[in-house]
Amino acid sequence: MQSTLALDIAHLLAGGLVLVSFMMLYQDRLFALLNMFALHALVLAASVAWQAYIQGAEHLYVTAAIALLFKAIIIPVALHRMIVRLGVHRDIETAIGVGQTMVAGMGLVALSMALMFNVTSEADPLVREDLAFSLSVVLLGLLVMVTRRNAVSQIVGFMSLENGLVLAATGAKGMPLVVEISVAFSVLVAFIVIGAFLFRIRERFDSVDVGALDEFRGDRR
Amino acid sequence: MVLTTQLMFQAFQMLLVLALAPLLTGVVRKVKARLTRRRGASIFQPYRDLFRLMRKEAVIADNASWIFRSAPYLIFAATWVAAALTPTFRTGLMFSWSADLIVIVALLGSARFFLALAGMDVGTAFGGIGSSREMMIAAFAEPAMLLAVFTVALVAGSTELSSIAAFMTSDAVGLRVSLALALFALIMVAIAENARIPVDNPATHLELTMVHEAMVLEYSGRHLAMIEFASFLKLLLYASMIGAVFAPWGLAEDGAGVARNALGVMVYLGKLLGAAILLALFETATAKMRVFRVPDFLGAALMLGFLGALLLFAGGRF
Amino acid sequence: MNEAALQLMCVAAFLALAAASLAAGRRPHASAPLYLANAAIAATAFAVSVAALIGGRGPVLFDLPIGIPWIGAHFRADALSYFFLAVINFGAVAASLFAVGYGRQEREPHRILPFYPAFLAAMNLVLLADDAFTFLLSWEFMSLASFALVLAHHHDPENRRAAYVYLTMASFGTLALLFVFGLLAGPGGGYLFADIRSREFEAGLGGAVILLALLGAGSKAGLAPVHVWLPLAHPAAPSHVSALMSGVMTKVAVYAFIRIAFDLVGVSDWSIAAPVMLIGGATAVLGILHALMERDIKRLLAYSTIENIGVIFAMLGFAMAFQANGMATPAALAFVAALFHVANHSIFKGLLFFSAGSMLNATGVRDIEQMGGLIHRMRKLAPLFLIGCVAISALPPLNGFASEWLAFQAVLQSPELPQLGLKILAPMIGALLALAAALAAACFVRLYGVAFLGRPRGASAVEARDPDGWSLGAIAMMAALCVLFGLFPGVVVDAVAPVATLALGAPLAPQSGNQWLSIIPIDAAQSSYNPLLLFAFIAFSAILAAFVSRLSASHAYRRSPAWGCGFEPTGPQTQYSGASFSQPIRNTLGRIAFDAAESVDMPSPGDQRPATMKVRVRDLVWDAIYGRIATVINAISEKLNGLQFLTIRRYLSLVFATLVLLLLGLAAWS
Repeated sequence: MQSTLALDIAHLLAGGLVLVSFMMLYQDRLFALLNMFALHALVLAASVAWQAYIQGAEHLYVTAAIALLFKAIIIPVALHRMIVRLGVHRDIETAIGVGQTMVAGMGLVALSMALMFNVTSEADPLVREDLAFSLSVVLLGLLVMVTRRNAVSQIVGFMSLENGLVLAATGAKGMPLVVEISVAFSVLVAFIVIGAFLFRIRERFDSVDVGALDEFRGDRR
Repeated sequence: MVLTTQLMFQAFQMLLVLALAPLLTGVVRKVKARLTRRRGASIFQPYRDLFRLMRKEAVIADNASWIFRSAPYLIFAATWVAAALTPTFRTGLMFSWSADLIVIVALLGSARFFLALAGMDVGTAFGGIGSSREMMIAAFAEPAMLLAVFTVALVAGSTELSSIAAFMTSDAVGLRVSLALALFALIMVAIAENARIPVDNPATHLELTMVHEAMVLEYSGRHLAMIEFASFLKLLLYASMIGAVFAPWGLAEDGAGVARNALGVMVYLGKLLGAAILLALFETATAKMRVFRVPDFLGAALMLGFLGALLLFAGGRF
Repeated sequence: MNEAALQLMCVAAFLALAAASLAAGRRPHASAPLYLANAAIAATAFAVSVAALIGGRGPVLFDLPIGIPWIGAHFRADALSYFFLAVINFGAVAASLFAVGYGRQEREPHRILPFYPAFLAAMNLVLLADDAFTFLLSWEFMSLASFALVLAHHHDPENRRAAYVYLTMASFGTLALLFVFGLLAGPGGGYLFADIRSREFEAGLGGAVILLALLGAGSKAGLAPVHVWLPLAHPAAPSHVSALMSGVMTKVAVYAFIRIAFDLVGVSDWSIAAPVMLIGGATAVLGILHALMERDIKRLLAYSTIENIGVIFAMLGFAMAFQANGMATPAALAFVAALFHVANHSIFKGLLFFSAGSMLNATGVRDIEQMGGLIHRMRKLAPLFLIGCVAISALPPLNGFASEWLAFQAVLQSPELPQLGLKILAPMIGALLALAAALAAACFVRLYGVAFLGRPRGASAVEARDPDGWSLGAIAMMAALCVLFGLFPGVVVDAVAPVATLALGAPLAPQSGNQWLSIIPIDAAQSSYNPLLLFAFIAFSAILAAFVSRLSASHAYRRSPAWGCGFEPTGPQTQYSGASFSQPIRNTLGRIAFDAAESVDMPSPGDQRPATMKVRVRDLVWDAIYGRIATVINAISEKLNGLQFLTIRRYLSLVFATLVLLLLGLAAWS
């Protein structure tokens, strides 16, 4: 029913999401990271919209629109302003070298493929590969969070992780719209909370480097 | 009779790449100039430069050895042969089976080997700095290139460029994630190998960041002309290689008539123009990176190539 | 009289020569005729083995009624041993010819001359052995003979240390092989190779044997992490022996691994291929990175040997992976690539070590930072050395590239492997091999650029002269082979076909019928390579370019000082040194591999102190494994030291306690 080309494009978009995740790993400036994140959301929106088209599921268009509006436009713009107000736009983050991070990312992709191919060996190969891509995006998002010191980029990592979840959900053909909207809004809430939190951190410690928090942990006397 | 036509096509391609290479660089320079609102030199300026260099006397450092004097010809020949074996306007050239994609990459490696040696021959700090950095870049670029080649070769089931191009025009390909990754990796490698921004700046001369220009600093006259020509050819080669693999439309097949071949040449010219414009756009929009960011850049290419290969090795339709 | 017997006669001749050298070695002018005799014997052995290999002679047996009474000594020559016999004896011919001239500079020839033929005899014996005792005995004989050669220049304390480390590691390797044959013979004690072949091995036991063989043979070949002795011991010996140890003795170890893994045990389990591939790939990169950091030319070459051994073992790993999955053609392809590389490496490593010896003689130093500008002084050696450098850097159209190309073609077959683990590993190993090849190019640009090009960096380099005719002849012979093997790879591929049949059961398709001598490993549509045509093409283009520029361009040229950016021409110290050449790679890959770090001390303006830069490079393998072992052993021996100062009563009670313990053990066990 579905032509190979349509599926190929869906695939390409999912792979593109992994690629953009990698590009996020590669960035060492906050603004560049934000741009990459916007691109990430854009690719996600395109991917979801394409899934909506080939599955004929209208509600997915809503998901795509949410992704486009919130994640590709509003959140990046808001974060952009936040960075300017925090005055951290010149920070260079070098928690772990780019090279090592990329190698680790590579390993994660290999891991998620091995996992998905072994666990879901009976499933439709295309779904299987889509799931492998989504898991890679999730893991890479986590990697971004782990390897960055700056709280802003940790937010970005978290958001890209969530994008991976959305990708998995749309590929799986059957997630109700309500769930997606609630997920999207919970992310938004999380974003606002973290944003407010960030300013509090900055007020107290003059930095958004989460390493500064360690000194105030109760267990270190 | 068949043999003669084949031989003629091969000879024609050799001359074609020779004729077009300086033009490609000229167009890139022109577009770059226009993008920065300069008028820029004519697109034929590289030809004039080459002729001017050929007419000039060559100044050779006191300490230069035979390597210094013979390297330009070897570099030029290796690059020319590599360019002549890459499909440009038609597939199935007479000698294309004598070298597959891996060999073409390695041929460029041979050219680089001699260029780096020539850089060290005179015994100045500049030559050494260029050679050292060139070899470092190559050390990262070559594995990335090879992985991209693996990806392409696995999709097409061949390492022969002609067969790859033929396969890529067929319907069996479709859109593939792995090929997209390989394309990215290949473009990044091509940028590094051709000493373009952001890895190296082809227009700079006295800067500590330069790589290619530092290596050839001692060259002048006809030797410099050969080396410049080789670098024009290399740019053309990468453009045709990427074109033949990822945009193989319009390539004339083996045994096609003259009109079909002429069409192939026209399409090829179009592709080159497109490549030149894209390259100029990219170069204008980017800033040169510090030389020690280059391993990160190429490491990213390596990872993309690896990812592409991994997807294919893991099986499934990627 | 069969081939095995002929080869054994050559071995006997070598041994007789060793005895004669013992008597005549101290006489002046004895070394040239003795080396010529060595060359003659080796040439005979070479001719016999090549004739047998190309003639497709089957296995022949020969027994000697010596050795352990109920076992005797069994010898066998088959395609696998013919191939390695050819490689080894060719290396021996070249090294002996080189030594005819090179040996004249030797101050104490009597420390080398008797051991040299003994060493050659031992290597030949290992390849012919057909039972475990003969094999191990010859193996140990080979280790000891080479140990004596490493110790030839024993006045240098570093050489003594090298010999000590070598002896320790060689004993360790033999121990591992001892276990291998113990497991292979099993409780029945069938030590004949024929008996072992007829046994069936279950997967676990076979895997354990192959891993032990990897450890035992690998320690002789120089696989990481048991490679540490190699860069110490190979350079310590005189250069022609270094060439033999690096180019040839490591191949005996490769032979041992192939014999055990492919012939005696047989590959049936894919999981054992993965560690071989991984260790091979890692060894290749680690070896060449070490070589890039090295400034002692002979140690640099020794490290590069480690790289090449890594490539060979990676390919053998691929062959095992394919073989275990019943993929005959890819297995043969990977195996042939490995064997081709064995032959190639023995050729160009010989060439490079001979040249290094000549450079050492001419300049008196091994440090490349003291050389420089040799291209103007060693005019004949310079182009030959360049050929070796291009060949080892795996650049077309020379031989190093031919085997590398086959290797990459083999890697490209691996998506067909059914196991996911191998599928993920295969492109990774491919990338490691490509990285190693690119780093090798960087390493040899650095070596050639620093030693031969530029201006003399030390006083000793100014007086350098070309070596004598014998040495140059041997080097030129190797260079010619580099070119020939590079241009006619099909001949080599066909020559090793019987070996692949023996080890794997299936050869690669014959190459002799291909159009214009190109090589087509699998299928013409898939890949083909024609170095001859390529070479002709490049030569034609280069000549055309030179001709055109001669016709149309200005002929005028002028010599002038090098451009110093407006400064006066500066001294040779301002040239790029080897250390500065490798700095970009040290700062990137070296950080991971060696924990490399730089510290710069830049005095503030007005301060008279000189600025200094310190570079720290650690050998992590040594620190992590050998350093720890040494610490533990030291601690234990410190504790045991107290035992030397006990009273007699205490000693007696120790003996008594031991006796009682043993009896207790016996009682519990029986």
